[in-house]
Amino acid sequence: MKIEYTIRPIRGWQQLDWREIWDYRDLLFSLVRRDFLSKYKQTVLGPLWYFFQPLAMTVVYTLIFSRLAKIPTDELPPMLFYLCGLLGWNFFNQCFNNVSATFHNNADLFGKVYFPRIIVPIAMFLTNLVSFAVQLFSFFLLFIYFKAFSPVADTFGLSASIVFLPLIILQIGILGIGVGLWITVMTFKYRDLVHTMQFLTQVLLYATPVIYPLSKIPLNWQWVFYFNPMAPIVESFRIMFLGQGTFSAAMVLSSISVTFIVAYSGLLIFNKAQRTFIDTI
Amino acid sequence: MSRSIIDVKGLSKSYRLGQIGATTLRDDVDRLWGRIKSLRNPGSRLLEPPIDKGLFWALKDISFTVQRGEVLGIVGKNGAGKSTLLKILSRITEPTVGEAHMRGRVASLLEVGTGFHPDLSGRENIFLNGALMGLTKSEIRSKFDEIVAFSEIGKFIDTPVKRYSSGMYVRLAFAVAAHLEPEILIVDEVLAVGDASFQKKCLGKMNEVSHESGRTILFVSHNMNSVENICNKCLYLENGRVKELSSDVEGVIGKYLTDSIGENVSVRWENTDREFENPWFAPVSISLCDKNDRPLTMPVRNDKEIWVRIEGKVEKPDDHLQVGYGISHTSGPMLYWSTNCDGPEKDWQNMTPGTWVLRSSIPTHFLNEGEYRIDLFVGLYHREWICEPGVQGPNVYLDIKGGLSESPFWVAQRPGLMAPAMSWEVSAL
Repeated sequence: MKIEYTIRPIRGWQQLDWREIWDYRDLLFSLVRRDFLSKYKQTVLGPLWYFFQPLAMTVVYTLIFSRLAKIPTDELPPMLFYLCGLLGWNFFNQCFNNVSATFHNNADLFGKVYFPRIIVPIAMFLTNLVSFAVQLFSFFLLFIYFKAFSPVADTFGLSASIVFLPLIILQIGILGIGVGLWITVMTFKYRDLVHTMQFLTQVLLYATPVIYPLSKIPLNWQWVFYFNPMAPIVESFRIMFLGQGTFSAAMVLSSISVTFIVAYSGLLIFNKAQRTFIDTI
Repeated sequence: MSRSIIDVKGLSKSYRLGQIGATTLRDDVDRLWGRIKSLRNPGSRLLEPPIDKGLFWALKDISFTVQRGEVLGIVGKNGAGKSTLLKILSRITEPTVGEAHMRGRVASLLEVGTGFHPDLSGRENIFLNGALMGLTKSEIRSKFDEIVAFSEIGKFIDTPVKRYSSGMYVRLAFAVAAHLEPEILIVDEVLAVGDASFQKKCLGKMNEVSHESGRTILFVSHNMNSVENICNKCLYLENGRVKELSSDVEGVIGKYLTDSIGENVSVRWENTDREFENPWFAPVSISLCDKNDRPLTMPVRNDKEIWVRIEGKVEKPDDHLQVGYGISHTSGPMLYWSTNCDGPEKDWQNMTPGTWVLRSSIPTHFLNEGEYRIDLFVGLYHREWICEPGVQGPNVYLDIKGGLSESPFWVAQRPGLMAPAMSWEVSAL
């Protein structure tokens, strides 16, 4: 822990102090623990929610988008197709939704005690990682079921590219935190943006190939997805877990670049905003 | 002499007046639009209202040093900048100008139970709170038993803190903070909560922390007795500036008390700004009078009758309405509350719409010499506060001097807040 320091006004942008964040690692784990315990203590089903929620959503999607709207699913069993798409999407969605409430939910805490504020978003990423693991488990249950009983069982399977999963998870986390940081700073500066959050989430969902495969998008429209870093991520989940998906190397590169630009700029503006945040609430 | 542990140089903090709080996107778009328009048509700029309504300096050019092991008391009226100073030193907000060197680990206790989560148990909260203060898990674990013992929580340690009484909550929170062993401990008015015996224990602990382990404490309080007891240096802030800084703690406190009395002595408050508007009882005036409604001049002798006179307008009668006053010594402690509904219900006067005057006397030979504040009390029983003594509401000041007793053995002020002349029966056996 740093013992000696000087308090003085800081002008302009400032980098994160990674060393200090490391010093506060115990706080990080305490916060993760707190979020977890407090979430379960209020509910009857506890962690089972993480298990049922994506399954329920998958069933709804299957009924509406596959049965009713007849949107193709790359010849994959629709349930597996949707659940696989939701894996990555939900993780991203939860990360950025939680992080975007950082200032709002922690105003009391930030007003009373000092610690590197970025700890809170990082803690949210870790908390959501656990719920991601639970969802992954429910996906595998469904996967085994389809492998055993589906007539098209031999058209899909895990692929060796699954070794990239940790990297992709990290990218989702960084992207989710980055977008969340932008939103928490903007909604704190402009309260009215809070109302657009719901809408933004919906638009992002439909702009990401969760309920449709990227392969069904006409080639002359696929450039649009270069701007959505989540598009190749969701498709890569299908490649890893089902061996079926569409993206190009250029798309991955663009996705990684956008992720880093968003995350880095998000960190900078967050770091600037947090220093005087407490004066304006 | 060794280097001072805290070194504050020219610290200032300004707030923008007028637009504190979040702006709306529309405001900013309007402003941008206005700027574009004024670029096109330079003459129109004159018509725009000024955006910057000026700066308010909550702290201005504060400089002081604190040595290792010193206990610095910070006193000043509300709004003098005490809390802002503590917030800057605990790195919650940053100064506008100036700097402060801190040569030690800082733990601040600006509120009791910061970050306590109501659903978590006392045990879990100790670890969470400790981590928030920058402690590692192993450090907390080594202190855990001591913390639990100090807090007197005992078997409730595994109960969610939302089931704790407020006293237990405070005890646990202070226990964590007191066992942090930081080089610098910053404490804001947190001991006001909790019962007397625990307050004493906390003050004792702070004394021990500073004297025996040579730690430094910054302590803000409105309770002059505790400042006097534990501090060996005192900083008096007024309007964001240092008014007095000295190791003569008693002297500084004396000065602060004289200042705050000199300014406030007012035996009459009139609601000229139409504050505290409400349909049940809108206060019109409060005054201290003699028996015949003539305003008193301060100071008042202790053998003179003092009447508290409250005038107010009732639009909507409500049978939960309670009007009265709370009286406290200007050094802090509250003496008592009294309202028109203190007697049996049959004696209460039902206030119909109109203007009403309520009068109540403070007995003679009752309060000791000193300065007292009388806060208006208006509320709907268990429903709503309109004026809550010590929290919000108007007040008047009472200064009692002389007339203590006719006894030749009682000519000077005795200790204590009260100076009642009791009767004694003395008989030979």
